[in-house]
Amino acid sequence: MSATIERPAPTTEQPAPRRRITATPGTYFTWAGMAIFLILLFGVVFSVLVNSFASKWFNSWLPAGYTAKWYGEAWKQYDLSQVVMTTLIVAIAVVVIAVLLGVPASYVLARKNFPGKRVVLLLFLLPIMMPPITYGIPLATLLTYYHLAPGLTGVILANLVPSVPFVVMTMTPFIEQINPSIESAARMCGASMGRLFMRILAPLLIPGILASAVLVLVRTVGMFELTFLTSDSSSNTLVVALFTAMTGAGIRAQQSVDAMAVIYMLSMLVLLVIALRFVNPTQLVARVDESGD
Amino acid sequence: MSAPASTSRQSGAADRRPSLSHRLAERGIDRTLWLMAPGLLFIIVLFVYPFTYGLNLSLHPQEGGTFAAYKAFFTDPSMRGWESLWITLKLSLPAALINVIVSIPLAYKMRGNFRGKRTLTTLLVVPITLGTVLTAEGLLNFFGPRGWFNRFLDLFGIGPLQLVQNYWGVLWSLIISGFPFAFLLIMSYLSGIDPTLESAAKTLGADWKQRFRRVTLPLLAPGLATTFCLTFVLAFSVFPSAILVGDPSGSTRVIAYVAYNAWGQKFDYPLASASAIIMGIAEMIVIAVVLMLRSTMYKGSTGGKG
Repeated sequence: MSATIERPAPTTEQPAPRRRITATPGTYFTWAGMAIFLILLFGVVFSVLVNSFASKWFNSWLPAGYTAKWYGEAWKQYDLSQVVMTTLIVAIAVVVIAVLLGVPASYVLARKNFPGKRVVLLLFLLPIMMPPITYGIPLATLLTYYHLAPGLTGVILANLVPSVPFVVMTMTPFIEQINPSIESAARMCGASMGRLFMRILAPLLIPGILASAVLVLVRTVGMFELTFLTSDSSSNTLVVALFTAMTGAGIRAQQSVDAMAVIYMLSMLVLLVIALRFVNPTQLVARVDESGD
Repeated sequence: MSAPASTSRQSGAADRRPSLSHRLAERGIDRTLWLMAPGLLFIIVLFVYPFTYGLNLSLHPQEGGTFAAYKAFFTDPSMRGWESLWITLKLSLPAALINVIVSIPLAYKMRGNFRGKRTLTTLLVVPITLGTVLTAEGLLNFFGPRGWFNRFLDLFGIGPLQLVQNYWGVLWSLIISGFPFAFLLIMSYLSGIDPTLESAAKTLGADWKQRFRRVTLPLLAPGLATTFCLTFVLAFSVFPSAILVGDPSGSTRVIAYVAYNAWGQKFDYPLASASAIIMGIAEMIVIAVVLMLRSTMYKGSTGGKG
């Protein structure tokens, strides 16, 4: 195993040999199925996009006219400046705390064997495997009891529960990839644990930390249930604001909700593109060197 | 106790056997373990403690005996607990199964390099960014009675189909949100299987069906089980989309909705905790069954290159 961390597959791919055009019926079937799925998906997304720009759209294929006013209206009507601010604060706080708590723990889990390791692993796995509502309801009850929720503190604490284990689970394989003899060498030269972490491990781990940080960011921005259970109107994140806008009572323009949904999608898309730059999704489970193919 | 006496006793002990810290270190217990303490403490305070608190709460309902809240969940006509559990399973099991089964041929075709692979992968992963609300809005717009889909069917004289605000709407939304995860996971498991194994089978004269059934599928099976579990967890906790594209008081009254109702509308915390715990247990049972089936399958290395 090499000492360096595998980077995402190099962007300069070798020109792939052209595939033959002739294919089995199974291949056609697969591609046709995928095409239908993509067309339906495209229709679903595009109908929201069109509606968010529609001035009026009733019983016709396309709207009667187009306007961009819904974006401004949605921004004012739902107080999006504050919502976006809250989303940012929550997401950044969760990422920073989760990385600070998770990375040292994943180092121990990757390197050491100790009695009770399986119990610790199970403890870190359970919050990921449980539906958020299951632990969210007792957690929200308890946070309310201690006056930490509803509010920003409660939202951050609740979102940390699945995020810390997530950092541990994504970081452990990254640390396992680092050759332990580098650490031994540093120790032989007299490096303390702190210096070992700062001078040897941290630089090698930067790609892994970035990857898990971005993934936690995506998860936190998209996390509905936990935020919904612990927030009030002043600590809503974007997902919860969207949900309340769509279910809330009163007469409101469907288009402004659609405009808000498009804003949400675009910000998630930016996050995802950044995430894909740092981490090759197929390497999350099995670390395979694709450049050799 | 005087200082010289204690040192002599310690050195005497060291003569006979290594010091306590040394012996512990040999079993893997040393100061490095402290690195784990903050994370572990966090999980205990914010996950284990609330959970036991909820468990305790669920056993002490406002009225009735110890298990009154659990009894109320299953027997109270206003809760309709059994029904909600059944509805949740009826939604999440097919959704997870469809996502896994559909992903296999796609991931299989996406192996190796070809033009546009990156674009296609990105396209298939994009649904992660949509979020439940945009998916819900889109499904309502697209599959709604006046949406593009029903307009298209109308061209062929097929009457408008009721595809949203019912079971099908929620199933669609679960497939859209779960598919990217299933696809990515299965693709990574597949790319971890050494392609030379298949080449070897090919040399021995196996056709593609035999190669898939006898070589790839057994190696992939554990990965499929894991993927099924993860997509099932995602689908089992369905909550916002059951309200938005479903019919939350009827055909898509899922268990998460029931639990949330008891918590946020009735403020009956014991009942809400009991519902949440029943939900967790039901999910764990399904996962345990899948993992048990998995343990009967091949468990060795997949011959991956990494």
